[in-house]
Amino acid sequence: MTETGKLKESASQTAGPYVHIGCVPSFAGLTGMYGGRDPGAEMVTAEARGARIVVEGRVLDGEGAPVRDALIEIWQADAQGLYHSPAETRGAADPGFTGWGRQPSDAKTGQFRFETLKPGQVPWAGGQMQAPHISVWIVARGINLGLSTRIYFSDEAEANATDPLLQQIGDPARVATMIADKTAQGYSIEIRLQGENETVFLDV
Amino acid sequence: MAKGKVQSGAFNPRDLARHPSPLTPSYRSSVLRAPAHARISFENSLSEITGPVFGQGLLGPADNDLTINYAQPGQSAIGERIIVHGRLLDEDARPVSSALLEFWQANAGGRYRHKNDGYVAPLDPNFGGCGRTVTAQDGSYSFRTIRPGPYPWPNGGNDWRPAHIHFSVFGDGFAQRLITQMYFQGDPHIQLCPIVQTIKDPDAIDQLTAQLDMDNTVPMDAIAYRFDIVLRGRRSTLFENRLEGN
Ligand SMILES: [Fe+2]
Repeated sequence: MTETGKLKESASQTAGPYVHIGCVPSFAGLTGMYGGRDPGAEMVTAEARGARIVVEGRVLDGEGAPVRDALIEIWQADAQGLYHSPAETRGAADPGFTGWGRQPSDAKTGQFRFETLKPGQVPWAGGQMQAPHISVWIVARGINLGLSTRIYFSDEAEANATDPLLQQIGDPARVATMIADKTAQGYSIEIRLQGENETVFLDV
Repeated sequence: MAKGKVQSGAFNPRDLARHPSPLTPSYRSSVLRAPAHARISFENSLSEITGPVFGQGLLGPADNDLTINYAQPGQSAIGERIIVHGRLLDEDARPVSSALLEFWQANAGGRYRHKNDGYVAPLDPNFGGCGRTVTAQDGSYSFRTIRPGPYPWPNGGNDWRPAHIHFSVFGDGFAQRLITQMYFQGDPHIQLCPIVQTIKDPDAIDQLTAQLDMDNTVPMDAIAYRFDIVLRGRRSTLFENRLEGN
C-alpha cells in the first residue's frame, strides 16, 4: 500500500501480441496512421551536439530465443546530460534531440535498433554523478508489468566503477548484464528476461 | 495544477501487490518471459523523475476517433458506437495533463488488424483499431470508437478475452509509464479470463472496468463509458514549492 496516496495506481496488464497496432502502427501495416511516422522512431530531429550512436540488441526469453514481438522504449539525457522534460530543472536540453525512442523488435530476428546520441552524465539523488546510461522499458506478450532496466557503456569503465546504482547492485556478474558492448557504430546489448545471466530489472 | 508548475519529486514506491506477478502460469506466455530475480529498488534520480511530454500539437484531427480514422471517406467502422472518456490522475488525485494516451483494440467481431491474428472473424475494411489523444489541463480525455468483440486466444484451453481496449499511458516521469487494458461493466468473461485474473486484488480489476455513463451518452449516436486511470504519485514536490517561494 502506498502511504501518501489517496488513490491507487491502475494495475498493469500485458501489452499482448498486438501492441504494434497501437504503438507502432506503420510497422504493424496500418499505412498512413499518424502521417506514416511511428512515435519515437526519430530521436535526433535536427542538428544536435554529441556523438551519434546506434544502440542495438535483442531481448531473449528463458530458452534463449529472441522475443520477436517486444516493444522497447528508451529515455535518456542529451550529450550535455540534460533531459528534454518539464521536470528537468537544470537547463534547456538540446532542441534537436527528443531523448525518447520507441522501436519494435524485428518480427523475424528479434533485433531492435535505436539511432541516438551518446548521453552525458546525470546526477544521482544525492548530487554525485551517475555513469552515462539509457533507461529502458520493455513490454510484450507474456510480460505482465513493463520491465525497466538501464544500458551502460563498456567504454565508460571508470564512470561505471563509481556509478551509485551499479555500486548498489554490487555483484559484477549482475552489473555486467546492464553494460552494452562497443560496436563499429555504437553499442550492442542482449537483454535476458530469465535464466542464466538474467538482466537486472529495476523497481524504478 | 496551474500551467507552468512542474512536479519534479521522486515517485511513491510502486505497490507491486496491486500489479500481476511476473510469473503467472495460467497465462502461459509469462512462463518463459518472467524474470526470476526480484526488481531492484533504488532512489529515483532525474532519469526516473523526468519523462517525455507530448503536446496537443502532436495530434491529427481524427486520431481520437477510431470509427473514422481508418475508414474510406464518408464511411465508418461497423459496431456499437461508443465514447470512452475519463481522467488521468496521480495517486494524490492530481490531474496529469499533456499526457499521451494510445489505444488499440480488435474490431466488433474480435479480430485485430495484425498479421499474427488468424481468428476467423473478418476484418472490417473501415477499421484500423488504433488511436491516441493527449490529456487536457484537468487530466480529462475522450475518444470515439466501436465496442470491440471478445475473441478466443491460444493459451492451452478454451480461453476467450473479455471485450477490452488496450491503453498505453505516459505520465510526466518515465517511471510512471504504464500499459493496461480497459474492460466493460457487466462482461461475464472478466471473471474467466486468465489475463485479467493475473491481478489478485478484485478492487484493482474493478478499477480497470469502465462503467456505463448514460449522462454522457450522445442520443441517437453513441453510448458513453467512463474510465479513469491512476498513475503513481510523487513523494515530494520540492521544486514546485521552491518556485512558489520565488
Ligand atoms: Fe487484446
